[in-house]
Amino acid sequence: MNYYAIKAIYLHEMDRLWRTLFQSILSPVVSTSLYFIVFGSVIGGMVPQVDGVSYGSFIVPGLLMLTLLTQSLSNSSFGIYMPKFAGSIYEILAAPISSFEIVIGFVGASATKSLIVGTIILITATFFAEVRIDHPFVMVFLLVLTCFTFSLFGFLIGVLSENFEQLQVIPLIVVTPLVFLGGSLYSIEMLPEFWQQISYFNPVVYLINGMRWAFYGVSDINIWISVVSMLGFLSICIVAAMIILTKGYRIKS
Amino acid sequence: MTDKLISIQNLSKTYNDSFQALKNVSLDINKGEIFALLGPNGAGKTTLINIICGLVRPSSGSVMVNGADIIKDYKITRSQIGLVPQELTLEQFETVFQNVSYTRGLYGKSGNPTYIEKVLRDLSLWDKKKTRLGQLSGGMKRRVLIAKALSHEPSVLFLDEPTAGVDVELRQDMWRIVENLRQTGVTIILTTHYIEEAEAIADRVGVIDNGEMIVVDEKDALISKMGQKKLIIQLHEKVTNLPEELSSYELELAADGLSLSYSYDAKSSQTGITNLLQKIKDSGMKLSDLKTEQGTLEDIFVSLVNKEKK
Ligand SMILES: Nc1ncnc2c1ncn2[C@@H]1O[C@H](COP(=O)(O)OP(=O)(O)OP(=O)(O)O)[C@@H](O)[C@H]1O
Ligand SMILES: [Mg+2]
Repeated sequence: MNYYAIKAIYLHEMDRLWRTLFQSILSPVVSTSLYFIVFGSVIGGMVPQVDGVSYGSFIVPGLLMLTLLTQSLSNSSFGIYMPKFAGSIYEILAAPISSFEIVIGFVGASATKSLIVGTIILITATFFAEVRIDHPFVMVFLLVLTCFTFSLFGFLIGVLSENFEQLQVIPLIVVTPLVFLGGSLYSIEMLPEFWQQISYFNPVVYLINGMRWAFYGVSDINIWISVVSMLGFLSICIVAAMIILTKGYRIKS
Repeated sequence: MTDKLISIQNLSKTYNDSFQALKNVSLDINKGEIFALLGPNGAGKTTLINIICGLVRPSSGSVMVNGADIIKDYKITRSQIGLVPQELTLEQFETVFQNVSYTRGLYGKSGNPTYIEKVLRDLSLWDKKKTRLGQLSGGMKRRVLIAKALSHEPSVLFLDEPTAGVDVELRQDMWRIVENLRQTGVTIILTTHYIEEAEAIADRVGVIDNGEMIVVDEKDALISKMGQKKLIIQLHEKVTNLPEELSSYELELAADGLSLSYSYDAKSSQTGITNLLQKIKDSGMKLSDLKTEQGTLEDIFVSLVNKEKK
């Protein structure tokens, strides 16, 4: 293993975070705070309890997941796309590093950033709603798992994208709707029967419900199904990453 | 026999299953030499270098660096290689010192600020160490790329057109840097469009055209073997027209009317010099001096590439 290289990539990526501290941390905090104010406090005042907790508390796990997911995707997709765009990726490709080591460096840094942002969001949430965590270990596990899985997914998007448009298309038109329709702001049971059935095909539903279980012990879906489906998605991403990188697809001619 | 450092065998590259950029190239690079790769635009120089450095995959053939295969043992070969790419590809926001240290890390070496300082000082970059890359001039960026390539103490350095678009002063700096590196035992492979550059610093020269290696030889041998020589005849008195009897020779009369030059093939058994001098003597012109000049790599290059085109 080329540990120095992994460390170099990791620190290089983390540097980017410090350089852009403002947008990296402040902007997710501001936007999530807005959600808490609008949905939690305003609408929450009109909505009775959901699954035994106040509406403000109910939306915390979902909004946390929403931030983790979008942050992880954008961190790592930009992280690998930028050197590709600037051409400076040549030095990573010419260095004595394996694909696996490259992935660890980039994905590790991206996941770290998301975890930092996630922690800050969680702290912010406590200012707006009463937050209770029934299963803290499961919560941390899901947090870390989500950060790594979606950082890896974002890495793949960055590798495969040939321009900025493609880089933004997947997060924008695929992930955002899935997240909003993933039950971050409501319980699946509130939907009409037909949409409930459809929702079970949305992977984000499993994520958010897993997290909600970790917080309040309530969920539309069994926690194990949630965990297994997330691990499944992670495995798919790992296999895809290995195939794409060993073939050098869209990086090497 | 000199020690072989890089051994390229029957290397071919076809881009996108259609365009053949390298055709069965074989070449050995000796330890400690400066090798210049010449060739017109699109000849395949960058492709060849990028394959050795791991940026482009070969379609067939093999390359060994110090006995290790560039694909099977890529970690071993790449850690010995430094590459200065043709394009100025740098990120914008990092500082010079950070970025050069970053490259050293990528190559699996622990941090060594003292060494990085030395590299930056040698390249006159030390006072820019805290400057962001995006704020550097083109020539400075080129130096940073060289510093990055040297950051991990490689034993082979590839310079892909190191002096493209740099001013005369920087170019001479560059030559001095290359010469210093050679003193420390680094093997250097460079590509260039400036033939005088290859002439000034290379030990051996390879000419590549259309993906084929046309010729590889010692620089001096190449010049003397293939070069035209020029005989310069200084005249005692000014002449305005050449006498009739000399018209069968391709002579050039200098603008000042005081010298004649005669090009001939030094390899040929009949250079025609004796006859020419006899005729000049017969015509009554008086000579004040004679000298010969060696042809340049540029002449050779042009004639080789033209021959290929025919
Ligand atoms: N990624 C690529 N895909 C397709 N064709 C390519 C690619 N890279 C290079 N080529 C083609 O291969 C040929 C050789 O290119 P190469 O860059 O090796 O030339 P070069 O000798 O370095 O030229 P120059 O002096 O202009 O730098 C060119 O015709 C070029 O268009
Ligand atoms: Mg080139």
